Amino acid sequence: MDLFEYQGKQYFARYGIPVSPGGVAQTVDEALAVAERVGYPVMVKAQVQVGGRGKAGGVKFAPDAAAAREHATNILGMDIKGHLVKRVWIEHASDIAKEYYASFTLDRGAKLHLGMLSAAGGVEIEQVAEENPEAIARIAIDPVDGLTEAACRAWVTEAHLDPEATEGAVDILMKLYRCYVEGDCDLAEINPLILTPAGQVHALDAKVSLDNSAAFRHPEWDEFSATEELDEREQLAKSKHLQYVGLDGTVGVIANGAGLAMSTCDVVNQVGGQPANFLDIGGGASADVMAAALDVINSDDNVRAIFINIFGGITRGEEVANGIVQAMDRVSIKAPIVIRLDGTNAAEGRAILAPIESDRFISKPTMLEAARTAVELAGRS
Amino acid sequence: MSIFVDQRTKVVIQGLSPSSQGFFHGMRNKEYGTNVVAGTNPKRGGTEIEGVPVFATVKEAVEATGADAAFTSVPPRFAADAIIEAAEARVPFIVCISEGIPAQDEARTYNVLRREHPGVRLLGPNCPGIISPGKCNIGITAGEIALPPIPGQPAVGIVSRSGTLTYQALFELKQKGIGVSTCVGIGGDPVPGTNFIDCLEAFEADPDTRAVIMIGEIGGAEEEKAADFIKAKMTKPVVAYIAGVTAPPGKKMGHAGAIISGSKGTAQAKMEALSAAGVRVGLNPTEAGELMADVVKSLA
Repeated sequence: MDLFEYQGKQYFARYGIPVSPGGVAQTVDEALAVAERVGYPVMVKAQVQVGGRGKAGGVKFAPDAAAAREHATNILGMDIKGHLVKRVWIEHASDIAKEYYASFTLDRGAKLHLGMLSAAGGVEIEQVAEENPEAIARIAIDPVDGLTEAACRAWVTEAHLDPEATEGAVDILMKLYRCYVEGDCDLAEINPLILTPAGQVHALDAKVSLDNSAAFRHPEWDEFSATEELDEREQLAKSKHLQYVGLDGTVGVIANGAGLAMSTCDVVNQVGGQPANFLDIGGGASADVMAAALDVINSDDNVRAIFINIFGGITRGEEVANGIVQAMDRVSIKAPIVIRLDGTNAAEGRAILAPIESDRFISKPTMLEAARTAVELAGRS
Repeated sequence: MSIFVDQRTKVVIQGLSPSSQGFFHGMRNKEYGTNVVAGTNPKRGGTEIEGVPVFATVKEAVEATGADAAFTSVPPRFAADAIIEAAEARVPFIVCISEGIPAQDEARTYNVLRREHPGVRLLGPNCPGIISPGKCNIGITAGEIALPPIPGQPAVGIVSRSGTLTYQALFELKQKGIGVSTCVGIGGDPVPGTNFIDCLEAFEADPDTRAVIMIGEIGGAEEEKAADFIKAKMTKPVVAYIAGVTAPPGKKMGHAGAIISGSKGTAQAKMEALSAAGVRVGLNPTEAGELMADVVKSLA
């Protein structure tokens, strides 16, 4: 789960990482109230989970109330690369002497934590990595040992931050590492991490991605999931505990297993169609789960045909087929369905499906044939 | 032969109670013919479930039965502790199918094993397990879709990041009458205990495995590393399939590890790396099965 900047800053604050005084606002009046509280000049920052908001006009400097009103009015409701701005973050504007970059994430290849620190902050780190890779100081951290202060200090030296920033940077990095580990982050990034002319180091932005698997030990995350940016279909799927990712095509996909669901999308694409979604219903295929999956697919107006791809393993073909037959009774389907049922007792399963077969419910024995039929149907209607 | 497990492998099931996942899957494995020698449950030490003696700890189970493999399907919040308990009891092979273990726990567990228990192999987490058809099945694979090696004919090894695609591969091979030496599901998490190269290396060394099917997916760079390994070290033919050509960047496709970060970890890049290493790459699971049938024909 990705956090908005304001949530990331609140999360940082839990671990003592210094951020600018500020607050979140959903209306112009709220924005002005926050600005009064933190003191002018302020920054008005669009809260969207997409890069490049500054260039899009979503981050503005306001020396006084009139400017703050104008910027908040313009930015609230703005569309930034398809993301609607529902909130702005207002914070006291900082004087900036230098901009750095700092982050922790998991290095999957090394199976260690990776810290990245650079004196060239304020721009996308991918850009720095490409154009000036030696400007990034990397540290590999064994999770068993954690980050020691000595190692952190050497890392800061290696990154060539300004000498007056050293103490502040070490302090923040130690706290950021704690936030990353104890806070169960997939990514904890500060860009820019700034040095003020007065010699203070603090976080001017916050990019935090939380590991959903750790939600059981973080009751405080509930408020974050309430604001999670999901489209309507994704919201519905989440409420039904289905693994769903919305795509742009016309063939609705339902499969059991993540790999098979991905593969099903690929095969649809291979035979000339476009998948409307990725949907994994998990190992079994009970009537409840199948009905829920069909509900989600039904809510997508782009869907012209549905491809159900089930491989029976432990769940046998006849159980799967019975689940599908029952689900068909419960939901009305807007688009024709093509089903491929294979695996354990597939023949028995197909026999159960036979009576409900029609030109709106077609059974095909292989993935490729089923994909071709679904794509053809999607193109026809 | 087979890799990692065979008919002599003695399995202890962690977290055995009449209603646990471990019971459901463990009993299925036992029915298949797997040598299930013990279960553990801190509250049920000294009892017996379906003829399987239950011990309070893995250590006691190992001392009493000589178990040399552990099967863990406990809920994700307890999984890291269960893995470490088995490792401390000196169980050399641990299969963990639990899905949804926090990444921090997984990274920590991996490094504890690497440093303190170098002889221990962890398979998973979030994997379907391992089956050496006709000999041993640890995990959730339906035994009946796997064909044991046929004497006098070349057998194939399977290694996969995805559960259902593993079954698909087993099934395709069975329908073509091709026997499987061992099928290893390494799992879809970001920090798998056993990776492609571990399995490819073992298959290369196993005299009865004549070719390997490798099933990868988007995310990470393990397929690319496997391609380097295949090019440098493998003499046996490899056929591959990679899922996720249509996956959008930045979205987790069901598995925690299946995510394209920026431009890294795409299916295209993985397929290109494998092709360049001499691997025959199928565009869908069926095509991969057909490619393997051709390979087996040429080996027979």
